[in-house]
Amino acid sequence: MNMRNPLATARGLGSAKEGVHHWYAQRASALLLIVLVGWLIFAMIRLSGADHAAASAFIGQPVNAAFLILLIVTLLYHAMLGLQVVIEDYVHQPVLEVVLHFLTRAGALFGMAIGIIHVLKLALGA
Amino acid sequence: MKAKPRPLSPFMIGPYYKPQMTSLMSITHRASGVFLSVVGAPLLLWFLIAVSSGPETYDAMLNFMGGWIGSVLVIATLLCLSYHLLNGIRHLVWDTGRALEIKTAYTAGWVVLAGTVVLTAILLGVLL
Repeated sequence: MNMRNPLATARGLGSAKEGVHHWYAQRASALLLIVLVGWLIFAMIRLSGADHAAASAFIGQPVNAAFLILLIVTLLYHAMLGLQVVIEDYVHQPVLEVVLHFLTRAGALFGMAIGIIHVLKLALGA
Repeated sequence: MKAKPRPLSPFMIGPYYKPQMTSLMSITHRASGVFLSVVGAPLLLWFLIAVSSGPETYDAMLNFMGGWIGSVLVIATLLCLSYHLLNGIRHLVWDTGRALEIKTAYTAGWVVLAGTVVLTAILLGVLL
């Protein structure tokens, strides 16, 4: 007779109420991106033909800097989840698959760090 | 004992199924998403780096975007962005269990395609 709590064997192995996390996160980030990309379109229209001074002043505004940081994080997170599914579906060579999953996640995190730092630099006037 | 090879359902895109708007738009949604991840997002980051690095870097970036390679990348990014945004909304509506009838799915598909052309044209008109 097995005296182990069934939960202990389920956690981390099966669908311990986490089965829809990826699906849900993809859609939640998509919803956020509708708003954030709407803002991006507004920003592109505002910045078309802008010189350097105008562009850095625009990004330096606290509201715009906040929108940009949110956009960068949400966009790269959504891209990471999407690329993950594409790799899972079409790449069947195990080594290549693991390498691509690693590069996708590392690239997304690196992009977030770079983006946030440059926006903060403009916003804080460093 | 070797397992007998089981029959597999063939992939939707290819010689076995008639190409349909629904399947073609679905694979295009993925392709545009991959393009936005691999080209679009780096372009956005490059823009931010160029602005924060100073006027020379900013002008060099604008110069590249105005050249023919840059223009092709920017136009393709705007096209993918418009399509992925509008078709993404179509997918989100489907996820609520609505508009799944074949006729509605096709109508929404045409709306997305027309909207993509209009939105891309507006963005190009503003940015060029």
